[in-house]
Amino acid sequence: MNMLDPRLSVIDERLKPIKNIVAVSSGKGGVGKSLIAATSALILAKKGFKTGLLDLDFTNPSSHVILGAESAYPLEDKGVVPPKISGIEYVSMVFFTGDKPSPLRGQDVTNAFIEVLALTRWSELDFLILDTPPGLGDVILDLLKLIKRLNFLVVTTPSKLSLETVKKLIALLRSLKAPIIGVIENMSTGTYSVKEEIEKLNTRFLGSIPIDPEIENALGAPEKILKTSFSQALAKIVNSIKA
Amino acid sequence: MLVVHEWALAEAVISTASKIAEREGLKKITEIKVKVGELQQIDLEAFQFALTQISSQYAINATFRFEIEKAEFKCRICGHVWPFDKNSLGPEAREAVHVIPEVAHAFIKCPRCGSPDFEVVSGRGVWIESVRGER
Repeated sequence: MNMLDPRLSVIDERLKPIKNIVAVSSGKGGVGKSLIAATSALILAKKGFKTGLLDLDFTNPSSHVILGAESAYPLEDKGVVPPKISGIEYVSMVFFTGDKPSPLRGQDVTNAFIEVLALTRWSELDFLILDTPPGLGDVILDLLKLIKRLNFLVVTTPSKLSLETVKKLIALLRSLKAPIIGVIENMSTGTYSVKEEIEKLNTRFLGSIPIDPEIENALGAPEKILKTSFSQALAKIVNSIKA
Repeated sequence: MLVVHEWALAEAVISTASKIAEREGLKKITEIKVKVGELQQIDLEAFQFALTQISSQYAINATFRFEIEKAEFKCRICGHVWPFDKNSLGPEAREAVHVIPEVAHAFIKCPRCGSPDFEVVSGRGVWIESVRGER
């Protein structure tokens, strides 16, 4: 018998209490994935949904800065029990690395991912939002391999450079029959028709979020984030998805 | 710190072993052999306790055998090979590496060239080596 990794068999069990799992993804970095993932989780929690946020960017996590959760640490009780930050069950690699850089190669990323999935004991959640790293690398491939019932929410900016990579992401997800909820245009300038480009791909365009210079000042303060025009535009999109 | 991380891993071991038994047509599991990597710093007493507790829920009455695998690192830059020394880590780092062994890359560097780009050659985590039983 070849040696077996026992962690793989409990992942489904750990995710069983969660009704909807949504991965916020994009081809490029810097399009606002983490901000959209974290703020969506805040919006859903505020509306009374039981919500979790898992930061899967193991080498460059940033959602803790958005949530002001730098000093959070999970409880340990028969595994890792996520702490609650502003009503959200929250897990990030930063709990374990602090402010130290954690350079990881592919196999290490996969191993860390499996460990997190196998150990985290989520409550009964309506939504678990996954903040994913950019690109079509290990985490996206591991997500598709390890998590069933996964829906993708794709983020782009109005840049042709971002759209180019989003097209590739959509093509990959399509070929693997992964459900795509739709595409959000972030940092919209209104000068380039992202909607048209996305609809050409037979993918749902969910809406545009204009650039909001105020968001920078709200980082680290979830209550302030919820009051920004960024959050209000995102809330409209989140509501339209559920409809 | 009894039965913390060890409990979650024990659940994974028993769940996997029962799936293997079903696949192999074993009516009764008599022995589960587990390889335990040193890097994860598993408390064997807590692990054995959790395995026994959880296996009783599955109506499994098996002997657990553990084989400890020494953890060894190899630098990808200069090729230096060195063993894991848990005493080189502070308590918080040890705890973090216990939960997610890959975190070692944030706390450990090659003692020869200082690079954090190293491979965990052996002794990373927990593996099921064999499941024996009666058909």
